[in-house]
Amino acid sequence: MISNKRLVLAHFWLAFAVFGVAILLGEWQMFIRSPLHAWLHNPDLYYRSVTAHGTVMGYVFPTLIAMGFGYAITELALDQPLIGRRWAWAGYTMIIIGSIAAVVPVALGLDSVLYTFYPPMIGNAFYYIGVVLVVVGSWIWVALMGINLQAWKRAHPGAPVPLPMFANVAAAYLWGWTAVGAALELLFQILPVALGFSNTINAGLSRVLFSWTLHAIVYFWLMPAYIAFYTIVPRAIGGRLYSDTMARISFVLFLVFSMPIGIHHLFADPQVGSGFKFIHSVFTAMVAVPTLLTVFTIGASVEIAARLRGGKGVFGWLKALPWDNPQMLALAFSFVMLGFGGAGGLINMSYQLDSTIHNTQWVTGHFHLIFGGAIVIMYFAIAYDLWPHLTGRAMRDLSLIRAQLWLWFIGMIVTTFPWHYVGILGMPRRMAYFDYSAPGAAGEAIWVVMSTLGGALLVVSAVLFLVILYRNHSACQVEPAPFTFSKAIHEPVSLPLALNGLGLWVGLMIALTITNYGYPIVQLMGLPDAKVPAVFVGAK
Amino acid sequence: MNAHRPRLISFRNPWFSASVGAISLLFLFSAFVGFVWLPSAQDDALFKGLLNAICSAAGRPGAWLGEAAPAVPPKAPVSSVVLTPGMFDGASAGGSIGRGATLALRCTMCHGARGVSAANTPDLAGQYAASIYKELRDFQSAARTSAIMAPMVVGLSDQDLRDLSAYYAALPRDGGSGERKMQPVPTIVATGAPMRNVAPCESCHGDMATKLGAPWLGLQPRDYLKSQLEAFAHGGRHNDISAQMRNIARNMTPDEINASASYYAGNR
Repeated sequence: MISNKRLVLAHFWLAFAVFGVAILLGEWQMFIRSPLHAWLHNPDLYYRSVTAHGTVMGYVFPTLIAMGFGYAITELALDQPLIGRRWAWAGYTMIIIGSIAAVVPVALGLDSVLYTFYPPMIGNAFYYIGVVLVVVGSWIWVALMGINLQAWKRAHPGAPVPLPMFANVAAAYLWGWTAVGAALELLFQILPVALGFSNTINAGLSRVLFSWTLHAIVYFWLMPAYIAFYTIVPRAIGGRLYSDTMARISFVLFLVFSMPIGIHHLFADPQVGSGFKFIHSVFTAMVAVPTLLTVFTIGASVEIAARLRGGKGVFGWLKALPWDNPQMLALAFSFVMLGFGGAGGLINMSYQLDSTIHNTQWVTGHFHLIFGGAIVIMYFAIAYDLWPHLTGRAMRDLSLIRAQLWLWFIGMIVTTFPWHYVGILGMPRRMAYFDYSAPGAAGEAIWVVMSTLGGALLVVSAVLFLVILYRNHSACQVEPAPFTFSKAIHEPVSLPLALNGLGLWVGLMIALTITNYGYPIVQLMGLPDAKVPAVFVGAK
Repeated sequence: MNAHRPRLISFRNPWFSASVGAISLLFLFSAFVGFVWLPSAQDDALFKGLLNAICSAAGRPGAWLGEAAPAVPPKAPVSSVVLTPGMFDGASAGGSIGRGATLALRCTMCHGARGVSAANTPDLAGQYAASIYKELRDFQSAARTSAIMAPMVVGLSDQDLRDLSAYYAALPRDGGSGERKMQPVPTIVATGAPMRNVAPCESCHGDMATKLGAPWLGLQPRDYLKSQLEAFAHGGRHNDISAQMRNIARNMTPDEINASASYYAGNR
């Protein structure tokens, strides 16, 4: 039973509202740089849009989803009222204030630095302060998740922590630690320059600090989707979770391996030694372990559901799955996109192969397929599953939901596959316009148009999604059955200490951060001539 | 409390020893490959020997080709001015406008009493201090050659140049930019020519964006702009840092040179 419905709904609605605006910006960007539109005469408009799109989609939207979902999980899984409800609202308010502080100067053209900040470019300080506020607001959530779990543990000594809460707190701790990198960069590198205390910046160190956040943030975005894989989908399709232990191991491995891998974003950066790049490449490869564990466990869970429904044969059981169930559909689409995205990611993470696609549209295609595709479609699924419990009204638009999920899936494939392809052809990313009349680029034009059309499908799907959620608020009232999470085949009775708490894994995460980031950071801090003049956005 | 209460951080805990052991092995293995094995496959003196291999793989800065021949000296003097943001901030560094106004009496003959003249010389009123300062320094060092300007700047101190720059930067710009804004913006100005590596003029010189050291071009005389672009294109003018403008102007067509010069000249 959720007693803080307003809190959860406020987080979800704000998340989806900003998502609805940012997706329009994204489609406008695709259109404006495609052959369908003449060259933009003020490219800064494009970069403003990219900055706003990235800031909203990268920081605000997924953080709000993780927070709202986390608050719901705390009450639903622990069966106790949320401790610190006022603090939760305070965090929410900080995110609103931070988002406004960040987006207004971006709209005014004072902060066209893109959401990755790109020092030595420096914009108006309010943008950075806004981002810091968003992060600090989310840290309140991190603390609350830990406090609520500890309170439950004290009340239930030795009892196994429910899997959804275990995973949720893993996500919170992951975010708490990974956000430190960007926070250090903002507070000690960028803000002193933006506020006028210095005119030079250690751009190399700033980029290393940002990479500390930049990759693990993806796994923070991913966590709600994985929680849904393990704790919502098997129940929703009438099956059982194949293994509770496997689920816990996956989540703790994400905690350990998300952090010490961010330098694979800096393969082309000269300030980091090749040895560290190689180590980060190896550890990035390790992320395949929890990913494949999940694919196997969820595949097995789905098969259980199919066989319970009378499915037979080696592959024949696939037909017995409830394909009209939105959760089933979302899971299947998510796995397909995760599969392609993950396969593409093998190129990005390889120190050698990355050089063929570094800074091309391949990268944009890759993270849109993983985040916008595999992850966001599960955000939709989470919302569809939770909404009746939040509004107390029936979710009757099942065919509309299926259409929405199909459109999102097709749209994302049509958007990102051509994007990958033109990336291999060498098309750079983050460009406001391309000369499609040039012989070398003419062949890319048709693929860029296709990608833009895929983006249009995504916009239609997003509108449909918002309409479905909105309509639910005026649907007929029902008393939904009590919310439950998936049950494992073997419910945990007693767990080893290591899988009933996160101490060991948080320790390993911090230890690996020190081994994999310690030397590059300390070395760059000590380089006297590493500071370069800041490049101020606009005039100075 | 149970005396045999299991402890998390203990090598008796198989979860602890297995996870810490496996991750340590993974780290040691990848460190060995990345810091010892792969560098040893490089056929370069910088990576020879275990210590060199480890240090270079760790990212220790070293002089690449340190013992090779010194850099080829340029055929003509190049600009040695380093502009950094904020270098004109502060009382003395920023220059004295009043003193600059007195010094500027020698300039008025060509550049006008208030920095604007009809003599096809560059308008200085409202020009960025950094841009004026850089050009004056380049005239002094002969990185930029001009039979007229060279004798004018002989004997001026660095503070004189800062004062002059501050004075002209403080003058109001010629009020006619409204007319220019009414004109359609030529492609070369707004978008450049990406396939020829020509950045848009506006990305450094314009109302849209400015870069440190790049002068404001609004309402400069057409003949002056055209002659400078052509001088950059032919290499006659070579005081642009890292040959930025030479590389751009060389790749511009005569039509683009005319279009951009006319656009920035407005009605002049």
